[in-house]
Amino acid sequence: MIEIKNLNVAYGARRALKDISLDIESGETLALLGPNGSGKSTFIRALSGVVPASGSLRLFGRDLNGLNAAARARLIAVVPQTVALPPAFAVWETVLLGRTPYLNFLGQVSARDEQIARESLQKVDALAFAGRRVGELSGGEQQRVLVARALAQSTPVLLLDEPTTHLDLEHQIGLLELIRRLAREEKLTVVIALHDLNLAARYADRTAFLVGGEIRALGATKEVLRPDVISDVYHWPVKVIQHPFIDAPLILPDIK
Amino acid sequence: MIPKSLAPFLLSSFLLLISVLLSIAIGSVFIPLPDVWQTISGQAANQTFQTIIWDIRLPRTALILLTGAALAGSGAAFQGLFRNPLADPYLIGVASGAGLGAVIAMSIKWPYSFFGLMAVPMAAFAAGMLTVFLVYWIARIGQTVPTTNLILAGTVFSSFATALTSLLMLRSSGELRRALGWLLGGLSLGGWDAVLALLPYVLVGLALLSLSGHALNLLQFGDEQAQQMGLNATRAKTFILIAASLTTASAVAFAGIIGFIGLIVPHIVRLWWGGDYRRLIPLSILGGGTALLLADVVARVAISPQELPIGVVTALAGSPFFLWVLRRSKNEGYW
Repeated sequence: MIEIKNLNVAYGARRALKDISLDIESGETLALLGPNGSGKSTFIRALSGVVPASGSLRLFGRDLNGLNAAARARLIAVVPQTVALPPAFAVWETVLLGRTPYLNFLGQVSARDEQIARESLQKVDALAFAGRRVGELSGGEQQRVLVARALAQSTPVLLLDEPTTHLDLEHQIGLLELIRRLAREEKLTVVIALHDLNLAARYADRTAFLVGGEIRALGATKEVLRPDVISDVYHWPVKVIQHPFIDAPLILPDIK
Repeated sequence: MIPKSLAPFLLSSFLLLISVLLSIAIGSVFIPLPDVWQTISGQAANQTFQTIIWDIRLPRTALILLTGAALAGSGAAFQGLFRNPLADPYLIGVASGAGLGAVIAMSIKWPYSFFGLMAVPMAAFAAGMLTVFLVYWIARIGQTVPTTNLILAGTVFSSFATALTSLLMLRSSGELRRALGWLLGGLSLGGWDAVLALLPYVLVGLALLSLSGHALNLLQFGDEQAQQMGLNATRAKTFILIAASLTTASAVAFAGIIGFIGLIVPHIVRLWWGGDYRRLIPLSILGGGTALLLADVVARVAISPQELPIGVVTALAGSPFFLWVLRRSKNEGYW
């Protein structure tokens, strides 16, 4: 499990995360919700070690701050937003780059690395376009390639930074179904920053609301996605009803 | 059957071999290819050919080959490092900075060598590195280095360094006259001495760059993703920046300002064989040697018996190409 204590991140004078303390259970899917600029992306960046952060970060009891980039990348993989991927890269090469934390500086891959990359592509159902260039793919396909790249890192923890932002409805649901299936099959711990409350309602075990760099609410998704909490976070009245088809809340913006 | 991945290397090496032979054969005296081969393999009869080939053509060919390889190899690395198809040793100011360093070293009459290393290339290298760090520092905003800033800062720095270089050359009457020809890429510092002095710098620089392909591939996804995939991005970028500047500065120190090779060659390679830096860098090195040798042949025969500065040839061919790349990268975004 991930134990986070007093996590602070500042960009210059602006404090982007303020004293975040949070435990993430192994195997759970935690959704990060909150308005723009509330610190969701910063939280993901701090966990993956790409912004200077103070405080304690422990994964299975190991201090993450003491690890170099490669050691950290063997524990935590990140699925970024698909904006501005280098289009000339082949899908296969892109996924193989996920093996970097296990390679030397030259990046020489072994048969086993290739095997893992192939399996990763298979898991996201993207083996068919392994030979194509990233630039030729649709947004949904690119996102699956990035998931495969993260899977190739063979980490116990997967972080996703607003992965559905540029996707249409089919690909949004498709991606999150995929993540849920992978999380179960691979016993992954998943932290996913989202904008869409209903996606969180449907797929997250627990949900944390970030506002102004602080945790406003945290708990089981059904308990956190309450009208009073959501209205308070987004300054807009909402109604929460039972989803007619599945066991999940359904959030509807109200008339002000 | 040749493995598919080897074919580009074989083709590039073949083209390089042809341009080496052309470079040896063509000049004010034409030497037929059979005679070239006989002379090099040591079974020649013709004493004149022997002198021309061993004392003039071969050292010149070697110097041009090393320079072209250095410029194209470091150009490919700069493009990868800055994730910009228009980054080139000249655009970001390294070359002009190195040129200024070399001219300063000449004008204050430094000893010819320190510890067996030639002084002029050392000054060029130091000034080139200094320029890179200054340009990088000026262009930086917080954690990021926007490419437009980098190119702008590089261009301004380049103009500044060039102006200082001109000033130094105007102030000193006779001594630096030869520096002018050199700055235009005249390669007037020829001979085997120059080749041997250049060789270690270029070999070390290009070897380091050739090892950086995987890191450059990762950096194409941005520093942040590269780091999340396990690369120490800051360390890797510093390493590549130093290696590319070393390579550029040494080429500038011996061959003067020769533009566009570092831009054109990696582009053609990328167009034909894709953007994998593990292949792009070595293929650019081979292609850079080829391209500059061909440019030199043109420089020798275009207004024969006079000779054009090679920098003039590469600029005449390179400028239209640059504009084409600019339009293409805007329209198609294949980068």
